[in-house]
Amino acid sequence: MWWEVVVIGLVVVSHSRLLADGVAELAGQMAPDVTIAPSGGDGAGGLGTDFDAVTEAVSRADSGTGVVVLFDLGSARMVAEMAAEASAGDVRVVDAPLVEGAVAAAVAAQRGSDLDEVAAAATGDRAAPAGARGEASGGGSAGVLGDGSAGGSEDGSVGVPGGGPAGVSGGGSAETPGDRAAGIPGGGSAELSGGGSAELSGGGSPGAPAEHAVREEVELTNEVGLHARPAALVARSLTGLDARVRVRFGPGEADATSVLALMGLGAPGGARVEVVATGPDAAEAVRRLRDLAARDFDE
Amino acid sequence: MGCTAERVAEALRAVARVVAEHRDELVRLDREIGDGDHGENLNRGFAAVVSKLDAEVPATPGAVLKLAATTLISTVGGAAGPLYGTGFLRAAAAVGDAGELDAAAVAGALRAALEGVVARGKAVVGDKTMVDALTPAVGAASAAVAGGDVAGVLDAAAEAAERGAESTVPLVARKGRASYLGERAVGHLDPGARSTSLLLRALAGSAR
Repeated sequence: MWWEVVVIGLVVVSHSRLLADGVAELAGQMAPDVTIAPSGGDGAGGLGTDFDAVTEAVSRADSGTGVVVLFDLGSARMVAEMAAEASAGDVRVVDAPLVEGAVAAAVAAQRGSDLDEVAAAATGDRAAPAGARGEASGGGSAGVLGDGSAGGSEDGSVGVPGGGPAGVSGGGSAETPGDRAAGIPGGGSAELSGGGSAELSGGGSPGAPAEHAVREEVELTNEVGLHARPAALVARSLTGLDARVRVRFGPGEADATSVLALMGLGAPGGARVEVVATGPDAAEAVRRLRDLAARDFDE
Repeated sequence: MGCTAERVAEALRAVARVVAEHRDELVRLDREIGDGDHGENLNRGFAAVVSKLDAEVPATPGAVLKLAATTLISTVGGAAGPLYGTGFLRAAAAVGDAGELDAAAVAGALRAALEGVVARGKAVVGDKTMVDALTPAVGAASAAVAGGDVAGVLDAAAEAAERGAESTVPLVARKGRASYLGERAVGHLDPGARSTSLLLRALAGSAR
């Protein structure tokens, strides 16, 4: 980067070299200044994990500010954790859906977020401003096993995405006890469409003084609606603004700085979404989103 | 006599031979409920340990165990690498710089190994993993320390591990790749539990 900001690095660990490379490629599209180091396969052309290669990827991605590591399956997690323990730097292994988590983390890192924020972006567990935690915002608390210490006994049955009480939101991963099942994005939308934004539909954040909100309806005239790339552009466009911006579509509501949450809305091309912003830069935030949509997100 | 670095190295060579002999069996078990790489991975890992020992045997039992740990972590591409690697690493830390290991030290090393495996893999007894073999082995080893020697401790551990491995057959897996199979894993022996029992049996045979 040409200005003096250090960005958090990312590492993608997969059993498959193609998968790791592909995820890194996809996430990198949104984050030109972020080092995303893939480490896939067993190092001998086969499926598996390679501790030394993961260790090397971690040190390559670390510019001194920290690294977030994403993984695909159980043993990749173990190798990632060992590499994190072996590293001198600040390395965070996150249990997140691999593709969406990597994209969200990359965008957060590109925005200059710190290690906690990038890790939270990956898992969809956004550190929202006080009182602004939207349980139904799609980026709410994804079913993250924290330290993965589920002994398997808490929920003995395989979590069914979109069904049952697994806290699946905005692509949170359904957990099979002990090993992550593929996070099924859209498994979250079942909860979104059922859950609605009861807590937030009242407007301002609970307990906070009422603020004047800037509202605008925006039509998504681009072909794909709020998919990954447009969502990333939206989130990035708000960098540096002092505003809390939410996007509503149907019964769902998302924090506009959360790529995962925006994607979780499932707003297709042609949809009309409502943008609601509060804070000193609310008007500017709404203007930026309106302009992005008017340009069809540069598609 | 106590267990010197040379004896520990000899025991690891015995393990490598047993793993090579049972490679196909472990592959078959892992194909049934996993990704099929367990036998191959473990065989590659222990073969690499042997070639390092052939080059040079470190000075203490702890150093031999640590060499095994780092080699397994670097050469075994599946779950077995981090799990066995962490187990050996903890065992190495537990025995410290001692020049010889007695029965109590061996039992303590096994206990530390189990703690490491549990910390790494987060499995508990009943999850259909190597923990189902290693946990009873540690209990039996501790009980055998009083009035026993190293061979007696390892015999007791191996026997308990074999029973523990058998106990995984009727279980539904809750960790590892087999956890995706649900009920379909029932009726199959867990490959990790099997390899743990083979490993302990090899160590016991070498200690006689």
